Amino acid sequence: MPIGLIGKKIGMTSLFNADGRSVACTVIQAGPCVVTQVKTEDTDGYRAVQMGFGERKEKNTPKPLQGHFKKSGTTPKRKLVEFRNMGVETETTYEVGQEVNVTDLFEEGQFVDVVGTSKGKGFQGVVKRYNFAGVGQATHGQHNRLRAPGSIGASSYPSRVFKGMRMAGRMGGNRVKVKNLRVEKIMPEANLIVVSGAIPGANNSTILIQR
Amino acid sequence: MRNQFIQMVEASNAEARKKFPEFRAGDTVNVRVRIKEGEKERIQQYQGVVIQRKNPNTNGESFTVRKVSNGVGVERIFPLLSPNIDGVDLVRRGKVRRARIYYLRGRMGKAARIKERRGNYASATK
Repeated sequence: MPIGLIGKKIGMTSLFNADGRSVACTVIQAGPCVVTQVKTEDTDGYRAVQMGFGERKEKNTPKPLQGHFKKSGTTPKRKLVEFRNMGVETETTYEVGQEVNVTDLFEEGQFVDVVGTSKGKGFQGVVKRYNFAGVGQATHGQHNRLRAPGSIGASSYPSRVFKGMRMAGRMGGNRVKVKNLRVEKIMPEANLIVVSGAIPGANNSTILIQR
Repeated sequence: MRNQFIQMVEASNAEARKKFPEFRAGDTVNVRVRIKEGEKERIQQYQGVVIQRKNPNTNGESFTVRKVSNGVGVERIFPLLSPNIDGVDLVRRGKVRRARIYYLRGRMGKAARIKERRGNYASATK
């Protein structure tokens, strides 16, 4: 059940945990998010909470969206995300215009999922894209097969290459979810949340933190 | 210049850094290490010569302390900012000409002596 916040990846650092072990961490600026719309079964057929994060200028906001923000009584936001069934389990009700902060949803020691868009790598071969091992040796007269994909199928039967065969192509830039990251630290005064490990995307990219 | 938010997260590290005296390769230090034995916690002393400081001014800064125990050379690497390090006492300052005194490993007894660094001139304080 996704209960979450929209945030911004700040960057990585390391912290020492209680056992004295150094843990690689990612710092995320999470929220504050503003509830822009509450969807209910009566009006929309399902329950969800739509939230906005980050400011943008009114002149850069499309007219229809301006109306949407005006309706919720908030300033135009950069990113809008809907969280399905948010608050149903805990029976918390969210109201339009309400501000949601890190401390409302998360606490230290919890495990969260983080969704982001991975860094685009461009057109990549199979060695980088699918961790193929390449063909043969690097030396002993071998010259152009080091990073090659090898065989992509059999011969006259089936006389074609199967769909979904892993080949070179565009890599990265996908939506990636990393599950079960420990919340190492929360700093409510700056809306910061520090999770263990790495998360997808470049610094300053928009991400979702879910529980 | 690092991001201001990251600096906020690392603020406690900067605080922890202050409790250490200035020390560098060649100095003899006494490291107080917190050791957990089951429920109990005690402090172990480990005294020896600092042979290097690695990755200075980062979260992962560490230093290596060498001593000769019962004729066997022992080297321990300590993460400077680890909570398991109770403190470091500067016992003796040593005068060496390089930042990493690996040559000490090949020497025993009299040959492994290090001249004491005296006075409080600029090079002594960093």
